[in-house]
Amino acid sequence: MTAIDTAVRFERAERRDVPPAPRLRVRGLDVGFRVDGAVRRIVSGVDLDLAPGECVAIVGESGSGKSVTARSLVGLTGRGAVVEAEELSLHGRDVRRFRSRDWRRVRGREVGFVLQDALVSLDPLRPVGAEIAEALRLHGVPRGERRARVLELLAAVGVPLPELRARQRPGALSGGLRQRALLASAIALDPDVIIADEPTTALDVTVQAQVLSLLEERKRRGASIVLISHDLSVVARLADRILVMRSGSVVEQGPSTDVLRNPVHDYTRALIAAVPSAATRGRALSPVAPPAAALGSSRPAPAAADAPVLRARGLVKRFVRPDGTETRAVDGVSFDLAPGETLGIVGESGSGKSTTAKLALGLEEPDAGTVEVLGEPWSPLPESRRRERRRLISVVDQDPLSSFDPRWNVERILVDALPEAERRDAARRRARVRELLELVGLPEAVLARFPLRLSGGQRQRVAIARALAPRPSVIVLDEAVSALDVTIQAQILDLLTALQRSSGVAYLFISHDLGVISHLSDRVLVMKDGVVVEEGTAESVFERPAHPYTRELVASIPDLPLAASAS
Amino acid sequence: MTALRPARSPSRPSRRRAPWSLAPAAALVGFLGIALVAPQVLATHDPFALDYAAALQPPSLAHWFGTDESGRDLYSRVVFGTRESLAIGLGAAAVGLAGAIVLGALAALGPRPVAAAVDRLLEVLFAFPALLLALLLIAIAGPSALTQILAVGVGTAPGYARMVRGQILAAKNSGYVQAAVALGHTRWRILRAHVLPNALRPLVAVFALSVGQSIVWASSLSFLGLGVAPPSPEWGALLDAGRTYIVQAGWLVVIPGLVIVALALTATTLGRHLQAGLERGEK
Amino acid sequence: MTRTSSSDAPVVAGAPAPAAARPSRLRSAGRLLAGRVVSAVVVLWGAATVAFFAQQLLPGDRATVILNIRTGRAQRRTPEELEPIIAQFGLDRSVLQQYLDFLRGLVVGDFGTSYQQFRPVTAILGEQLAATVTLSLVAIAISWVLMVVWVTLTAGRGPRVGAVGSGVDVVAAGLPHYWLGIILLLVFALGLRWFPVMGGTGPAGIVLPALTLAIPLAGFMAQATRTEFERALEQPFVVSARMRGMGDTAVRLRHVLRHAVLPAVTLSGWALGATLSGAVVVESIFSRPGIGSVLVTAVNSQDLPVVVGVVTLVAVVYVVANLAVDIAYTLIDPRVRLS
Repeated sequence: MTAIDTAVRFERAERRDVPPAPRLRVRGLDVGFRVDGAVRRIVSGVDLDLAPGECVAIVGESGSGKSVTARSLVGLTGRGAVVEAEELSLHGRDVRRFRSRDWRRVRGREVGFVLQDALVSLDPLRPVGAEIAEALRLHGVPRGERRARVLELLAAVGVPLPELRARQRPGALSGGLRQRALLASAIALDPDVIIADEPTTALDVTVQAQVLSLLEERKRRGASIVLISHDLSVVARLADRILVMRSGSVVEQGPSTDVLRNPVHDYTRALIAAVPSAATRGRALSPVAPPAAALGSSRPAPAAADAPVLRARGLVKRFVRPDGTETRAVDGVSFDLAPGETLGIVGESGSGKSTTAKLALGLEEPDAGTVEVLGEPWSPLPESRRRERRRLISVVDQDPLSSFDPRWNVERILVDALPEAERRDAARRRARVRELLELVGLPEAVLARFPLRLSGGQRQRVAIARALAPRPSVIVLDEAVSALDVTIQAQILDLLTALQRSSGVAYLFISHDLGVISHLSDRVLVMKDGVVVEEGTAESVFERPAHPYTRELVASIPDLPLAASAS
Repeated sequence: MTALRPARSPSRPSRRRAPWSLAPAAALVGFLGIALVAPQVLATHDPFALDYAAALQPPSLAHWFGTDESGRDLYSRVVFGTRESLAIGLGAAAVGLAGAIVLGALAALGPRPVAAAVDRLLEVLFAFPALLLALLLIAIAGPSALTQILAVGVGTAPGYARMVRGQILAAKNSGYVQAAVALGHTRWRILRAHVLPNALRPLVAVFALSVGQSIVWASSLSFLGLGVAPPSPEWGALLDAGRTYIVQAGWLVVIPGLVIVALALTATTLGRHLQAGLERGEK
Repeated sequence: MTRTSSSDAPVVAGAPAPAAARPSRLRSAGRLLAGRVVSAVVVLWGAATVAFFAQQLLPGDRATVILNIRTGRAQRRTPEELEPIIAQFGLDRSVLQQYLDFLRGLVVGDFGTSYQQFRPVTAILGEQLAATVTLSLVAIAISWVLMVVWVTLTAGRGPRVGAVGSGVDVVAAGLPHYWLGIILLLVFALGLRWFPVMGGTGPAGIVLPALTLAIPLAGFMAQATRTEFERALEQPFVVSARMRGMGDTAVRLRHVLRHAVLPAVTLSGWALGATLSGAVVVESIFSRPGIGSVLVTAVNSQDLPVVVGVVTLVAVVYVVANLAVDIAYTLIDPRVRLS
């Protein structure tokens, strides 16, 4: 690959004029926010150097202070922020004395900033061309030259048909095009420092890979990059050095290969071990063991040649778009789910995987095809006949909070999910609720609390407990761990594995995340545009992908260059 | 595509301070409470005693709010007018909200043709400026307190009905209702346990807002001479009676108007706090 | 379909085929407009029907009622007295026939004859309409200016300024027209003598009545605008504009304001209705001629054809205004054609 050649040559060129003065130098950065008169410290004691052509990644989970750190580098920390630092300099100038006018000159011209999800990071009411032109206008590019520059920039970030795209609004562009347009607006004035805050989060893997290569190219051309991400594997590809942040401080930093291969800090180790992949199958991801109750004795031996608990044949679901055209969200999907098995459905947004989940749950009626549960018809069937058998199949959603009635506390939520007989009998009810809590590893104290007051991980545990309450044969998990931080995700995945071993429940596991799917699934369905393009055991699909789309997907999985994950 | 946002950390329980903005509201509510039950305790004069020698006196220590053209003490009249004014406001709010719940529920939950028809009807009624709707009713039935209650209630109902409909639909399409369907609960049970409580709970706050609004509407009708007629001390009637003397005795309109504004603002403030409180409980 | 937060929303995904975009947008805009016109006609028909049957609800024999209203005396009438009335108002025909006649009249712009003045309602309203509509439009313009300036200055400036800003919004929105009007009258006309006491139709005469209508309306719209303004200020696209080097004021004016006024634009059809009904009170305070004063007199004397005429006329104005608002909305926010 020529790309690598250039990179190597570039490094040599850099080495001649050692040591390059850092473009960005930070010492002892503290950031706090004024809340009710007191200052709440969010970031403390961060040091950072950014050399020319270098990429420094800041990795951390939510609440680690990584985004606040990034924003304070360009003086936009937000209202009520108190930023203090022993040193904070950009291109050798002390920016602590900057007034807002000085900052305005620097932003965009010397430092470009790329935010997460361009659907909301570009003004949805304005054409993307106008957004890019705005950056040019603010820094004095004459009106006549702007249009040509905008088209050039769009072409440079690989947007096809730049003339057309410049006229369109973000809502009319696909996620990948949007993110490129956003990148174009950030690099419009060719800044030599680029700060990218979660630039690939919420993007499909293939798009994610494209955005990363664009950043890589900027780096090759000499730009320095600060990359903020919660995702170690994204960072691994691009970063020269990694800073790991946790609750406002840097717990570990160093060259990326060192940090990834020989993590020193326990937290870094946990973070690396928590990343699910095909290599982690059957292994615990989290140092925190799942609750003893979930482990149970051992897996009840599945009867040989079991009939499938869930069987779908030729499912079709059509939707009418607002403009009147019809699309097939699901088009001829068939699968079998054996008892105690995990079937993963993987696909990018719009692939029809969630609609498939709804059809399996009987929450949507198929336009064609059938679903059977335990060998009996399930869908299409009138709801009244399905109702009493609904306890056989449960669901856990991505966003548990919205699936809980806001007026109900945890106890009421769980009791409501119990079968009639258990609900009526006070003693059995209490025993079962306690048992469910133990299964998912929650203390009894949460019973009186409202989901709003629980953490994301706790909420997902409550959702799992609710799903277990009717003793189902199948649980449909629709992006059930996608919104969680990676260490919490690891705990929930471990919990799911343990529960399946002890109870023999089957999972229909739907996710966009190939890592999670390959960690958990026995068999995998790959969906694209409503169609199953490939199907097979996890090993065969991920190691010997047959369909070109699957190959593309697998190729875009960002790898962690791990020697041995420390666990 | 709101897919994969990283989980937010749980919100910290916020400290609850007694909101200062509620203090004047609470004082006014207390005052009105007494005026409602025992106006004679608060009144300084007989609200109906005529004293032509003391006609049209500006506010003073003897007459806090001044006197009217017949020398009656305006403050005492305001106090004695509380009962009827509040009755009209509460009555109109109740009529409006009851109508809103029935119509809104029909539009959201009724069988398809009924729901569509009610929805259209609401649109038609909502298209009418509320005051005109009220005037139309008064033109037919002639001015009286009862007409006023009905007119204001009918005038405000369509707006609230659309809100109720929206609330019910939002609850019906919520994640928790879908979760309940997946648990195999019956339609009726879901309606009773989830949809109605969640949809109707915000109406507590709306009722408070609506009382304030209704009193203002009703007083506007009275001001036009289309409500309770003078010499009743009902606040709107006071406005109507005072209009004649705007130039000589502005306080006859300004002060009762101020009382109405204060009451409306109080109701709004209370409603807002209730609303915020309910939302804090939820989110 | 219930929208869960899964990533599979089938609608938004993928870039639309570029070639097909333009004509289909025109077509869908046309379809949207046609739909609005149809529902506008339905609304009007509904309003007129309500208004017609309202007339039938007047208690007592209608001919007697009409004659009593005209003469201002309540008494029994002889058949000879009633005959011309019955003939003039077509009361001998069936209700259905009268209803159809009424609808036919509406289509050609005939609202019938006033009970009291014995003139065609159309003529009475025609004389007064211009004054009221002028008042409404001036009031709406003033309220927009007040609202935009006030919100841009006070929204998103920290808790204290925000509390003052929204406090003023709430108070302004809660002011009854009659009270505000009288205060303005007492202070600026009687006290300071800046403006005439009796309105008149001149430019000086319209200031106080228009302000009376504009201030509560501005407060009401400001509440919606402020919420949206503060929400928009928190949006990532604002941050990315700042990151490009844009100043705070420029961001407020170029990006945020456009988002923030969307709810107020939606409200402005309603606002027209509100100012028209407010005009009833305001015209009465400032002794301005207009639809409002006609309406109050008519309601007082139960002159139903006039009342019905005003109600129908306002409904027409309202429907037309809402159509205009829909069009304005699509200009400001081109996304609506999608949803």
